[in-house]
Amino acid sequence: MSLLEIRNLSVEFQTVAGNFRAVDGVDLDINETDLLSIVGESGSGKSVSMLALMGLLPWTANVTADKMEFAGLDLLTISSRERRKIIGKDISMIFQEPMSSLNPCFTVGFQIGESLKQHLGLDRKARKKRCIELLDLVGIPAAEERLKAFPHQLSGGMSQRVMIAMAIACNPKLLIADEPSTALDVTIQAQIIDLLVDLQNEKGMALVLITHDMGVVAETAKQVIVMYAGQQVEQQQVDALFATPRHPYTHALLNALPERSLHLDRLPTIEGVVPGAGDRPSGCLFSPRCEFAQDDCNQAVPAMESTGGSALRCFHPIENADRGQ
Amino acid sequence: MTVAIEGRDLKRYYQVKGEGFFAKPATLKAVDGASFALESGETLAIVGESGCGKSTLARLATMIEKPTAGNIFISGRDPHANGGVEIPRLRQDIQIIFQNPYGSLNPRKKVGAILEEPVIINLKTSAAERRQLAETMLAKVGLRPEHYDRYPHMFSGGQRQRIAIARALMLKPKVLIADEPVSALDISIQAQVLNILMDLQEEMDLALVFISHDLSVVRRIADQIMVMYLGKVVEQGNAKTIFENPCHPYTQALLGATPAVDPSLRRERVKLTGELPSPLNPPSGCAFHNRCRFAQAECSVTAPDLQVKFERQVACHFVEAAAQA
Amino acid sequence: MSDGTVGSVAIGARKSSMLRQNLKEFWYYFSESKTAVIGLAFLVGIILMALTADVIAPHDPTVQYRDCLEQPPTLGADKCNFAFGTDYAGRDMLSRIIYGTRLSLVAGGMVVILCLSIGIVFGVVAGYFRGWVDIVIMRIMDTILSVPGLLMALVLVAILGPGLLNAMIAISITYLPHFVRLTRSSYMTESSKEYVIASKVAGAGKFRIMFITILPNCMAPLIVQATLSFSTAILDTAALGFLGMGAQPPAPEWGTLIAENRDLMLSAPWTVTFPGLAILLAVLAINLMGDGLRDALDPKMKRS
Repeated sequence: MSLLEIRNLSVEFQTVAGNFRAVDGVDLDINETDLLSIVGESGSGKSVSMLALMGLLPWTANVTADKMEFAGLDLLTISSRERRKIIGKDISMIFQEPMSSLNPCFTVGFQIGESLKQHLGLDRKARKKRCIELLDLVGIPAAEERLKAFPHQLSGGMSQRVMIAMAIACNPKLLIADEPSTALDVTIQAQIIDLLVDLQNEKGMALVLITHDMGVVAETAKQVIVMYAGQQVEQQQVDALFATPRHPYTHALLNALPERSLHLDRLPTIEGVVPGAGDRPSGCLFSPRCEFAQDDCNQAVPAMESTGGSALRCFHPIENADRGQ
Repeated sequence: MTVAIEGRDLKRYYQVKGEGFFAKPATLKAVDGASFALESGETLAIVGESGCGKSTLARLATMIEKPTAGNIFISGRDPHANGGVEIPRLRQDIQIIFQNPYGSLNPRKKVGAILEEPVIINLKTSAAERRQLAETMLAKVGLRPEHYDRYPHMFSGGQRQRIAIARALMLKPKVLIADEPVSALDISIQAQVLNILMDLQEEMDLALVFISHDLSVVRRIADQIMVMYLGKVVEQGNAKTIFENPCHPYTQALLGATPAVDPSLRRERVKLTGELPSPLNPPSGCAFHNRCRFAQAECSVTAPDLQVKFERQVACHFVEAAAQA
Repeated sequence: MSDGTVGSVAIGARKSSMLRQNLKEFWYYFSESKTAVIGLAFLVGIILMALTADVIAPHDPTVQYRDCLEQPPTLGADKCNFAFGTDYAGRDMLSRIIYGTRLSLVAGGMVVILCLSIGIVFGVVAGYFRGWVDIVIMRIMDTILSVPGLLMALVLVAILGPGLLNAMIAISITYLPHFVRLTRSSYMTESSKEYVIASKVAGAGKFRIMFITILPNCMAPLIVQATLSFSTAILDTAALGFLGMGAQPPAPEWGTLIAENRDLMLSAPWTVTFPGLAILLAVLAINLMGDGLRDALDPKMKRS
């Protein structure tokens, strides 16, 4: 059952130096119970595209798309009132910095209760009961006392769990997790990722995991989309992606992982930098840095071509990729 | 091979206000008995999560703080002997780079001024000589001479880290403390910065103390590793030996929690329950006992000492059982 | 080496283009607020007026035209046609107001310079040393703050004697706590940042850390405070002048002008209205400019 359909989403920001295209032609299809991971480095547009979906971008952003439908609702044309009805209820998001994502002036109970009140209209008693249920669900001990705690009294891991509780309070159909574990310690990271996967299974919701940590992707996701400089460059099923990456960027990125170069003197790197506002290459955005680039690569931008469950944006994809080449 | 930096039973305690108006001051044992010896050209990785004391150890090593007990030796000299008279001289032998590339460079100073500051303070050189040194160092870290006149905010995270490395090496120190230098960087940039660090280490015969919580990076570059938990060293020794067969339950948990792309590098995920305890209120006996799957009654009573077992030092009452796992 | 000359020319060229780029970026944000630009233009106008007073003032401000006492504003080339009228002693109001810009600018400027220099030193010292030094400095500042500003200025001027210079000193003292607090809190925020630790590890001593490493990072809020204090100083100088404790007649300070012509408020209202308008417009212009300055310097409002 198709939950989310996005076609040709683009986001442009107005800046001092002119307009900057942060997201360029993103397509997305998410079904219920999917576990998709969007991977990319800084500047890839992975967070911005999801923020555009949620309507959380600042006024300087210009969001355009051919199609953006969630559960049959056209997100491009609905009023802000209708949008507010589904954001936080049917689509939810959690962010990277749990310590600064919670309002320091209000208790945990109040903040979780906010969305319950807003979307489900529960009364105080019902809210309290549901909050305790939620805190138990996300693994916070002594839930009833914690309701009265303020964010600064919680550790990073706890705060992130509270955020997750807030996000799933209204049983969303789609949960977007933007680098949920990056700011946390390693053992806590593992706990949070496991929690998200467990919740996804239990609640039957779709989960989009945005991250730059390839290890997390390898161990958690089912489908992976790789983004570079605002464009999607590759989409594959997770095992296939890591075993046989077809886009040169994915290939180079995996080679740069420390764990893949244990037997080498130096780590393989990718020459050059991600294009910024002023130096967007003509043709394929990765071509200036691509070791397999050919003459036609900087003539035209390759289109995203889908075959089965995979998609690729490359004129000369890698065939028979060898790990650690 | 000379011992560039040595720590003997280093302890650093802080007196903090107790909770409540009339409470006695409490003692925070940030570092509670760490010993190490590092030779020129080698890399010691200090691994641990929040509250383990690794940042405090960095401050002790760079002589920003004085140890409460124990000694530190830099180039064989104790900086705190004789009222700290040798500290200014020894400052030239040890420098530091930080995790956050956005906070570690003075936003109001140009790159050239940032690089030349250590030279201005410590050496008598002419302006032209200083500029020459700065430009040479910029080239060494892969930047260009025109970057000399720019401000930090014009650079990306990876470039700022390079500037930080260049600054740290201006005085040609013998020891470089790197406090999570690549944690905030993208994978491909991480690789570049690690390469630069390794190249410069070889060229300058640097002793590198690499503080990190990212075990995949540590595995790549460390010769020795020291695992810390709540101020105490729990396992210490040759990096390869420990990675192949971690003996302390905490080290096992850390390795298990580190996500890896390559399935053969993954360890069994040891689910650690609970949060990291606060250093203000450490558990009795072995600090890890309430999260440890091998814990017995004895563990909550006496803290284990570091002993040489299985070709490394490890602090665990039941290390034999843990090592079999 | 010829390289050196070429190099230094190139460096010079690089430096001036860096400056141009910084100014361009600053102007982009500043000019977003139309009112700020208008304020700036007005201020520039006042400065030009002060500089060219000798040339543009139609009359000498101290000359008394005994035949034309309390003349209403009239245009024309007749003997008693004055654009802004004359005051009780027959002096041309327009010229007096034009020359008054000098006094207002000097008053505002001196107050700002005194407050910045002393306030920064106290603030940095309090922030660096903490402990007793901090407590003593801040309690003194608290004491100054607890007395109503103008009242304290009056008391100080009563002790020091009336006159523009003493008025400026008195006003500076009453503004000092704001600068000290601002500096101190900025300082304390910055001093925990890593670049400060890096400087310490490089061996930087006390003075270097205080004034070269940290202080430049505290300047943005101070610049905004200085701008706004400029306008408040003009107001307070005028108030003191009005009370007879500031610039003494015949100095054409705007507040003094109002004081001199107080009795004529109903019979010759132009004698107090025009100086009052001058104060209003000058203060308004500087405040608008200060708002724009704050928005331009605040990194969170930046787009890129």
